[in-house]
Amino acid sequence: MLVADQLIKDFGSFRAVQGVSFTLERGEVLGFLGPNGAGKTTTMRMLAGGLEPDGGTASIAGYDCTAERLEAQSRLGYLPEGAPSYPAMTPRSFVMFGLRARGFSGPALNRATGLALERANLGVMADQPIGTLSKGYKRRAALAAAIAHDPAVLILDEPTDGLDPNQKDGVRQLIRDMAPEKAIIISTHILEEVPAVCSRAIVIDQGRILFDGTPNALAATVPDKTVEAAFRHLTQAVPLAPMATAVGAAV
Amino acid sequence: MIHSLEAVYRREVSAYFQTPLAYVFLAVFACSAPAFAFHVGRFFDTNRADLAPMFDYLPWLFVVLMPALAMRAWAEERDRGTLEFLMALPIPLWASTSGKFLAAWTMAAIALVLTFPMWIAVNYLGDPDNAAIATGYLGAWLMAGGYLAVGQALSATTSNQVVAFVLGAGAAFLLTMAGHPFVLAALGQSAPAAVSEFIAGLSAFEHFDALRNGVIGAADLVYFAGLIVLSLSIAGVLVAERRGGGR
Repeated sequence: MLVADQLIKDFGSFRAVQGVSFTLERGEVLGFLGPNGAGKTTTMRMLAGGLEPDGGTASIAGYDCTAERLEAQSRLGYLPEGAPSYPAMTPRSFVMFGLRARGFSGPALNRATGLALERANLGVMADQPIGTLSKGYKRRAALAAAIAHDPAVLILDEPTDGLDPNQKDGVRQLIRDMAPEKAIIISTHILEEVPAVCSRAIVIDQGRILFDGTPNALAATVPDKTVEAAFRHLTQAVPLAPMATAVGAAV
Repeated sequence: MIHSLEAVYRREVSAYFQTPLAYVFLAVFACSAPAFAFHVGRFFDTNRADLAPMFDYLPWLFVVLMPALAMRAWAEERDRGTLEFLMALPIPLWASTSGKFLAAWTMAAIALVLTFPMWIAVNYLGDPDNAAIATGYLGAWLMAGGYLAVGQALSATTSNQVVAFVLGAGAAFLLTMAGHPFVLAALGQSAPAAVSEFIAGLSAFEHFDALRNGVIGAADLVYFAGLIVLSLSIAGVLVAERRGGGR
């Protein structure tokens, strides 16, 4: 469903992503983990077609994310980092804009809009200007726009950032509900989310994949048997060169 | 892919009216165009029933007001981070640039329509050449389109709307001044005739002048169409460059 093959991205002389490869199938929920500046968002932007790789390829449902960008993007729902949206629009008009751009019209447009707003739990806020909403509702408006067209692949960059505990639980449940029919990537700094939502975890740092496996396998890499301890161990305690060995063992 | 263009167009038009921008723009235009005609163009002193006093000053009004419409096109998307959302939608870049342009051009058309009291006034006062007035309005709309397209291209170079406005106003000023009699007279004294003619040919003012005098020339239509298409293409290239991440 989604393939990243030796993705490379440079910003000037800085190589932000260094040969990232993985595949994701329908039914998988991949937790994309890493410290700030690890290359998570850059990788996700390349998968979403917002950034062209300097090396390697990415494809969604068999369509190359660069050469066949429009085909790939029509099968993708993307929640960018920070959940950007237009403050003067209402969540309803924001969702409708995305759907219209994808060719929805008439009853299908209204049906998909209503369903997305309901699934993102916007409630009465669906018709308030986004600029007047709390951070949590803004994020849910962007999430509604990402899921509204029922895409085969979802890429969600920190979907629960800024949400209160109840809202976080709602989003996690939404991801679990959608999981069987979709391939989903979520990036998060909230490591407790990983075992709760994800069927698989990738840890990335300095543009390289350090671990790719199940959350349980990740936790099992350290004596504490927790994802948090494993994350710290992979991204802090071990210097880069020996990590390459650790990656080989882990992957 | 027309549905993508339509989606962008609808969003952009509603964005103008969801903020005070549309109302301020239309009010300022509707008041200042006749004000220029009456006070600077000495509408009554000309003793002619035509809209020349208004058309004389429209280019100068456009130098300020069209960049104000165009400045937000891409600079605002970059500043708010919504460019990443927009670029992840399956919208061809030509549809994004055209949708944004057509929305701004619609605003310019509404603004020109709001000068209709002037047209009613000249028809009440005399017997004007309404065909010439119609070509004048066509020329004004085309010139507005040229300035809006140039403004959109310059808006794609920055994430700061003020910078986009200053660049757009500067470019519109140059496009207007290049064909102004004052500049052409100065050039005529110091530059070869071919250079003067070339610079005059680049000027929006020169091509607008022909249309407002009631002459629809193919060269003038091609000039404005070319200016719009070229500028929107440049805007598209500049936005596409963002996918390269500065490489």
